[in-house]
Amino acid sequence: MRAAHTEFATSPYKEQDMTDTPQDLKYTKSHEWVRVEADGSVTVGITDHAQSLLGDLVFVETPEAGTEAIAGEACATVESVKAASDVYAPVSGEIAEANEDLADAPEKVNESPFDQGWLFRIRPSDTSELDALMDAEEYAALVASEA
Amino acid sequence: MTLRTTPLYTAHQRAGARLVDFAGWEMPLHYGSQIDEHRAVREAAGVFDVSHMRVVDVAGAEAPAFLRHLLANDVAKLKHPGRALYSCMLTPDGGVIDDLIVYFRGDLGYRVVVNAATAEGDIEHMRASIGSRDVSVVPRPELALLAVQGPEAVAKVAPLLADDLSTAGELRPFAAVWNAGWMVARTGYTGEDGFEVMLPAEAAEAFWERLLQAGTRPIGLGARDTLRLEAGMNLYGTDMDTSTTPLVSNLGWTVAWEPEDRDFIGRAALEQQRAAGVPQRLVGLVLEGRGVLRGGTRIETDAGDGAVTSGTFSPTLGVSIALARIPAGASQDGLTAHLRGKALPVRMVKPPFVRRGKSQLT
Repeated sequence: MRAAHTEFATSPYKEQDMTDTPQDLKYTKSHEWVRVEADGSVTVGITDHAQSLLGDLVFVETPEAGTEAIAGEACATVESVKAASDVYAPVSGEIAEANEDLADAPEKVNESPFDQGWLFRIRPSDTSELDALMDAEEYAALVASEA
Repeated sequence: MTLRTTPLYTAHQRAGARLVDFAGWEMPLHYGSQIDEHRAVREAAGVFDVSHMRVVDVAGAEAPAFLRHLLANDVAKLKHPGRALYSCMLTPDGGVIDDLIVYFRGDLGYRVVVNAATAEGDIEHMRASIGSRDVSVVPRPELALLAVQGPEAVAKVAPLLADDLSTAGELRPFAAVWNAGWMVARTGYTGEDGFEVMLPAEAAEAFWERLLQAGTRPIGLGARDTLRLEAGMNLYGTDMDTSTTPLVSNLGWTVAWEPEDRDFIGRAALEQQRAAGVPQRLVGLVLEGRGVLRGGTRIETDAGDGAVTSGTFSPTLGVSIALARIPAGASQDGLTAHLRGKALPVRMVKPPFVRRGKSQLT
C-alpha cells in the first residue's frame, strides 16, 4: 500500500503504535497481510497499521475474479478521507474472489482489517513467492522503524 | 523545529487524539474516526480547539480609518457594537494575504481573528500599514479559541456561560457578546449553528471538559476540513493565496466597492481585473461516481483546463465534492475530472453543498 496523496504531515513525535499484528499472518513491506488458507489460496488485506494511517476509508476497489495478479503490482485501491492508495499483490496468480461487501461498507477495513475487511483472494502460481514475505515479528519491527 | 501546542494539548491526548503538524502547531487530526466526528457536528454538537488561530485587537482613535484602508470589506458596515464581518486582506496586487473575521467592540475597538499559518505575516503587514495613524495592533496569544458547532451547540454552551454572557443564545449570526475575559460569537466554519468562544488560556481546559461531560464530541482538523468544504467555505492557502484575487476565489461578495472613494489596499488591482474581465472562477464540483477529487486534480472544460483547489469525500452526501478554479467561460458541457488515470464526469454546482445538516444539491 502506498499513499498517492496526503493532506497532513504526521507528527514528528514518536507515537506508540497501538495496532495489532497477528502472529499467524505473513506481511509485505507495503503493509499488506497475507493468510495462507487450507485450500492453498491466499487471502490479502491491509494491516491494522495501514488502515490507522489512512484514516476512515470511503471507497474500496477490488479486482475481478479470474483476472491475473502479478506480485508487486497494484491490484486494488483503498481510498480514505485523506488519500488514495494502491494495494499490491503479494504473490502472483489468479484472483479467486474479492470481498464484494466492501463496495457498500468500506469501513469494514477500518473496523476489522484482518477479518471482515479482507480485500481479495489469490490462487498463487508460484508458492515460493510466499517465502519472501515477512513474519509478524519482522513486520512489527518495520512498523516501529517507520514510526 | 519544536511544534507549538495549545492550552488543550494534554486534554487532546486524554481524548485519544491523533496529533499532526498543522502550520507548526501540534493539533488533533481526529480522535478515532473523522467521519463519526463530522456526523456528530451535523447531527448534534462538537467542539474544535482552534487556539492556533490568532486573535488580534485593533484599537485607537483612527482604528476605523485604518481597517477601512487595510481590508477589502468595509468595517463602516458595522454600525453597532457586537457585529462582525468576513473580509480578505489584500496585497497591492489584489492577492489574498489572509481571510479573517473582524468584530466591532464599541469603545474597545475591533477584534480580528486570523489564520494560524499566516498570523505572523498578517501582524507584520498590519503594523506596516498603520503609517502615522493613531492605531494599536495587539496580538492576544493568551486567549484560547474554541468553536462549538452543531444543532445542539447553543444548548451545550449556554449553561456554561457566566451571567453577563447569558444573552449569547439570542445572538444573530455574525454577532458577539463579551465580558472582561471572554467573548462569545455566533460564527463558525461548518455551515451549522454554533459559537466561537474566545477565553483566557487558563480557563480553556475546564470549559472543554465541561462541554465533553455535557456530551459534546471533540472534533479534529480532519472533520473541520470536510465540514467547511461541505459548507462551501474557502480554506486559505489552498483555495486562495497571494497569487489569487477574491474575484477568482468566489469571494467577490466580500469586496465592498461602495463608497467609491474608499481607498483600500488592492482596490486598484481589483478594479483593473474587473474591467479587463475576471479570467477564472472558483466553483463547486460534485463527482457522482466513485473516487475522491483532491487538490490539484485536473479539470478539463470546454474553455481550457482548471484544477481542484480542495476536494474531499462528503460524509453527508456520500460522494466526492470539491472547489475548483476553472476558466470563467467554462460551461457544464464536457466537464471532466482527470483522476488517477481516469476521465470522470463532474457536475458544477453553486456552493454550499450542505447547510444546517441538509443537502443543497438539486
